[in-house]
Amino acid sequence: MSETKRVVITGLGVASPIGIGVSDFWDGLTEGRCGISPINAFDTSTLPSGLGGQVPEFRVTNFVPKTYRKSTKLMSRDIELAVVAAHQAATDASLPTRCLIDRGEMEEPAVDPTRFGANIGAGLICPDLNELGAALVTASDDSGSFDLKAWGTEGMSNLTPLWLLKFLPNMLACHVTIVHDAQSASNTITCCEASSHLAIGEAFRSIARGVMDVCICGGAESKINPMAVARFALMDHLAKEASPEEACRPFAGNRSGAVIAEGGGLVILESLEHAKKRGATIYAEVVGFAAAGSTHHWAKPDPEGEGIALAIQKSMKDAGMTPDDIDLIAAFGAGLPEHDAAEQAAWNAVLGDRVGQIPALAIKGAIGNNGAGSGAIDIAAALLAMKHNTVPPSRNTDAPADGNSLRFVQGDPIDAPIGSFVSVAYGLNGVQNAALVMKKYTE
Amino acid sequence: MAHRVVITGMGWITPLGDDIEGVWKRMLAGECGIGKTTIFDAETFPTQFSAEVRNFALDRYLGDKAELHKDASRNSKFALAAAQQAWDQSGLANWTTLDPTMVGIYLGGGEGPVDFFNFVEAAVKGWQSGQTKGINALDGAAWGNVGMNKLNAVCEMEQDPNMAASHLAVHFNAAGPNANTLTACAASTQAIGEASMIIRRGDASVMLSGGTHSMIHPLGVTGFNRLTALSNRNDDFMTASRPFDRTRDGFVLGEGSGMVVLESLEHAQARGATILAEIVGYGSTADAFRVTDIHEEGRGPVAAMTRAMQEAELTPADIDYISAHGTGTSENDKIETLSIKRVFGEHAPSTPISSIKSMMGHLIAAAGVVELITCVLAIRDNMVPPTINLHNSDPNCDLDYVPNNARPATVSTALSNSFGFGGQNDTLVVKAGK
Repeated sequence: MSETKRVVITGLGVASPIGIGVSDFWDGLTEGRCGISPINAFDTSTLPSGLGGQVPEFRVTNFVPKTYRKSTKLMSRDIELAVVAAHQAATDASLPTRCLIDRGEMEEPAVDPTRFGANIGAGLICPDLNELGAALVTASDDSGSFDLKAWGTEGMSNLTPLWLLKFLPNMLACHVTIVHDAQSASNTITCCEASSHLAIGEAFRSIARGVMDVCICGGAESKINPMAVARFALMDHLAKEASPEEACRPFAGNRSGAVIAEGGGLVILESLEHAKKRGATIYAEVVGFAAAGSTHHWAKPDPEGEGIALAIQKSMKDAGMTPDDIDLIAAFGAGLPEHDAAEQAAWNAVLGDRVGQIPALAIKGAIGNNGAGSGAIDIAAALLAMKHNTVPPSRNTDAPADGNSLRFVQGDPIDAPIGSFVSVAYGLNGVQNAALVMKKYTE
Repeated sequence: MAHRVVITGMGWITPLGDDIEGVWKRMLAGECGIGKTTIFDAETFPTQFSAEVRNFALDRYLGDKAELHKDASRNSKFALAAAQQAWDQSGLANWTTLDPTMVGIYLGGGEGPVDFFNFVEAAVKGWQSGQTKGINALDGAAWGNVGMNKLNAVCEMEQDPNMAASHLAVHFNAAGPNANTLTACAASTQAIGEASMIIRRGDASVMLSGGTHSMIHPLGVTGFNRLTALSNRNDDFMTASRPFDRTRDGFVLGEGSGMVVLESLEHAQARGATILAEIVGYGSTADAFRVTDIHEEGRGPVAAMTRAMQEAELTPADIDYISAHGTGTSENDKIETLSIKRVFGEHAPSTPISSIKSMMGHLIAAAGVVELITCVLAIRDNMVPPTINLHNSDPNCDLDYVPNNARPATVSTALSNSFGFGGQNDTLVVKAGK
């Protein structure tokens, strides 16, 4: 294609179970920390698993301008995670957004709001069961029997008028665009765990075409609620392991499932021109993207991993790269028996022998499944590995399944020159797969 | 080189019917698809009516294959039925050299309806147990006892908003790019815009795109009723959807799906397909203003319309018809009118504008695509559909909304607006084929 602009990443924002902000997150990864623990947000004793990856305590008011504090009452947990990650990403990029200027953390002039967009992936947000439960009981008798007529007459008036606005998926982007004053192209991809990759890929294409100069993109989701535990349990996605440290085991022979978690990952994507003009520090250049659908089944992984393979293969073609050009595999590694087998087959199909020659990284053993936020957190980990030329360990990958040739690091991080990586993500439900290729920026 | 993007197939499932020609005729006749809500007992709700899809059966569209998707949500079934119509019209089923990896899906699909009574039972028992235990919060253990027992895997999974796009990928063997956006009421306009970008840059040759949604369920209506976004005109519901009328009191919730087959011009020409229209412009913006209010000067809508026309290399004088977002809420209609005036200037009063939401209600995530299909039909027949129930002029809404009666008009280019809660704005520009 002619006249496309080069696109680079200049900032990372992470709110993960092993730390908020890139420095905490990177320390957590290199130290091999585990962010999974017994859930303390609610009583899990009758649920099939009580484990979760919970983000360390934070106050969302510390991540928005003073004038916006009141509006934080309208934020569900998913929105809070996006707002925290957005603040961290803008800070890491030294991007003078409205939020950072109003908080006194940067100076005018602000980045041009009409050239600044947002593409933030979101999940199916669970209504706050406390808030909803308290209202629903007003239309129920003592035995718990609910009366829809009573709900219509009076019950529903116990819900705050703006209740719905906490749970629309695009309210993540709504709050972030207001707080940071991003008025250009905006989108909310809702494709489960593939959301972040699709969002970043789409933003990459939009900047390349000149639609905007800067985009804050990625995703956020919280699965730390009873509904998400039940949903994962019913769909047989939950790890059966009791110990938090060893619950999620990507690509391991004895892997048994995922651990629910919460998290937000947002990155700042910028045209190279724009980044250079403001003297930004560049993490990497985005050079390849592709999305693909699995046609095997709408809810079950394809044993051959064809959709995953197609996304990886097309993203490398888009980047003009062959397997020998790739230095790091940023795997999705759900920790589920069938899904990981499909992913392994896909890596083998596309990268062949190269799979056994280069390091790989899969971080869900440490942080769990962050839903729509997963992909951007994976990418942040890979970008930090590239920046430091260091591959951190991948928790619970020390007993690989037969035929698994992915080379995960055990114990201490290793030094390895990393000039490029490919990262893939796919939804546990649905057919969406997406891959991104990034490389170190050179003139 | 950027590829040109054309429409070669269209289909819909709407409150006014399920075939392109029949629904179009009803719209030109100014008919209304609103009725008493029957999907659930809304008798005591502030709003007791809606625009429902009636007598829907998936096998009418999918034949034996409907059985495979029997557990899909109402949304996904609407999507499959609308997509099948679009696919059939496109003639792609007979195109044997179709490369599945170059056929993608991009939907603005809503979440599937919640498993309401089971969900509520778990929440109520969880909360009551919490009260008994004095924790002033939901008791997770009591919730779990009910939730794990009553909720079921398939119903939960089918609520994920990406599931309609997933069913479509399998049904049409589409291995190309697949995504779903859920930007509230702007979703399917956004999906078509993004899908057209995918073809434009060569990442796919064919995209099935559009939207699907049903929020006519107790929690959906509760949410909109609490926001006071819905009309409460229970005693006169057939005229309740009154976009741009001074007496408007909110929108009427509808449901349904619309789908289009988008194709690169070369691909369509190579197989001798009938070209229905060309997508020439797309603009997406955020208000970035307030969570609850639209920007007073229509900053976001103005930017979206302007960008879409810039991309199309067109000026306001070139636009023959505007399909308004036109929800019938006080704020939307006022600010959309102001935004059109700001963008169209002297051409604003002479450009016909209509809101088909007056007739079929607001299909939320699916609203944009049915409005785009309406633009294509307006171009084909040189007829613009009316805004019905428009009898009382509002000084804030003083443009030509094609009140009450359809009208012949030369239409070769149309612009379609969709605006979502939270300040999401999307605009498409569509032009006669060739």
